Amino acid sequence: MAGLELLSDQGYRVDGRRAGELRKIQARMGVFAQADGSAYIEQGNTKALAVVYGPHEIRGSRARALPDRALVNCQYSSATFSTGERKRRPHGDRKSCEMGLQLRQTFEAAILTQLHPRSQIDIYVQVLQADGGTYAACVNAATLAVLDAGIPMRDFVCACSAGFVDNTALADLSHVEEAAGGPQLALALLPASGQIALLEMDARLHEDHLEQVLEAAARAARDVHTLLDRVVRQHVREASILLGD
Amino acid sequence: MASVALSEAEKVYIVHGVQEDLRVDGRGCEDYRYVEVETDVVSNTSGSARVKLGHTDILVGVKAEMGTPKLEKPNEGYLEFFVDCSANATPEFEGRGGDDLGTEIANTLYRIFNNKSSVDLQSLCISPREHCWILYVDVLLLECGGNLFDTICIAVKAALFNTRIPRVRVLEDEEGSKDIELSDDPYDCIRLSVDNVPCIVTLCKIGYRHVVDATLQEEACSLASLLVSVTSTGVVTCMRKVGKGSLDPESIFEMMETGKRVGKVLHASLQSVLHKEESLGPKRQKVGFLG
Repeated sequence: MAGLELLSDQGYRVDGRRAGELRKIQARMGVFAQADGSAYIEQGNTKALAVVYGPHEIRGSRARALPDRALVNCQYSSATFSTGERKRRPHGDRKSCEMGLQLRQTFEAAILTQLHPRSQIDIYVQVLQADGGTYAACVNAATLAVLDAGIPMRDFVCACSAGFVDNTALADLSHVEEAAGGPQLALALLPASGQIALLEMDARLHEDHLEQVLEAAARAARDVHTLLDRVVRQHVREASILLGD
Repeated sequence: MASVALSEAEKVYIVHGVQEDLRVDGRGCEDYRYVEVETDVVSNTSGSARVKLGHTDILVGVKAEMGTPKLEKPNEGYLEFFVDCSANATPEFEGRGGDDLGTEIANTLYRIFNNKSSVDLQSLCISPREHCWILYVDVLLLECGGNLFDTICIAVKAALFNTRIPRVRVLEDEEGSKDIELSDDPYDCIRLSVDNVPCIVTLCKIGYRHVVDATLQEEACSLASLLVSVTSTGVVTCMRKVGKGSLDPESIFEMMETGKRVGKVLHASLQSVLHKEESLGPKRQKVGFLG
């Protein structure tokens, strides 16, 4: 790799992590009172907010209603000040639309949509600070928000990114590692069943290495699950104390 | 804007309460809700602040970028405002739904900052006619629970207070070509003086009286309101009537007086909070959205 050494000979990455190590994750559920569900997550310096409204009646054209399941509507936007260079528009650009579609695909696989026919579930995610792995942070925040809204899901959806440098798979890429331009893989996993809700890879990677990278991403996603599970349990415990149960 | 549906009886209850100087949440007519202010919440901006006023939640990020000064003001930098009404606040803002409100708020911000005294724009000039700092003030609406304008102004002021612009020097060699040198020390930066930055006080006319810091429910009972932008010394810099109803001139003067009185107190308490937070320095525990 020219210029920056992404993985030192001792096996440390630019920010001092080991290859399979995640950045620090902190999360909170129930950030806003007006929404049906909301959550905030920090993964290193990447910060994302997710808000869920619904299930509610279809807004706008009735023709969009699905007779057998709920419509999952996602919008991804990233604050104009979130990136290093200022963005001109928070949403509506090509990348945001694509992210919205990916999120929708991910959550259609996880939410038990058939329980709410002819209704709509809105998931809005907002990236406040982007430092790599925005898709993963958005999925993780949205999972917590959907759980906070009490919408039935098959399982948690836990996402993590992975890359490949010097024959080693790196989990949870930071912005510096993403910008270096190596292969990148985004994975959304349903950890209990091990099923994959979304898999996307860009740049080329030899087929023989794919399994290794996939394994690294899946392991990291399971670690994320452990952390998210802890956040949910903590939240429920606090809520039940407040309710006086 | 996010709205609530109120029945006739609920409206009467609120209006009668206001007449007795007692509001639904126990406040008097000139009381603000509890305000939470935190600065420096987004680390990749030049300055940022998050303000929470009741259920209204605003995040402001200020980014300093280098650009060329405007032709009519060759030795001044300038501020650019952008308000993003995100779908987080209400599903109505999805897609382009929040653009109208966003533009309205941004225009109001342009108007209240459109005077020489509010921010020292000359300090943003690097070399006349060629380079200046542009401060992009981006407002992000995360939740709206009434009184948007006041909250946004508090947040903008706090973010500008927090803004640190790197110090640059212009070096000129013999041939007259200029070179811009950035200071090596990351702590060597210029700060803006925000003492004269005005804050908006919105006064909502409800029945025969007016209230400050109206909640969504109270806004639904009010036909017209007056935005008064006041500096810390009580000088009115801008005024605007909003809403579909009409106001009689006498009540406008009354509202202005209230606005000045309340505005002064608001500025004083905001300054003290900002200085207190500043004095804690880098040791301060950042709460952000986790608290």
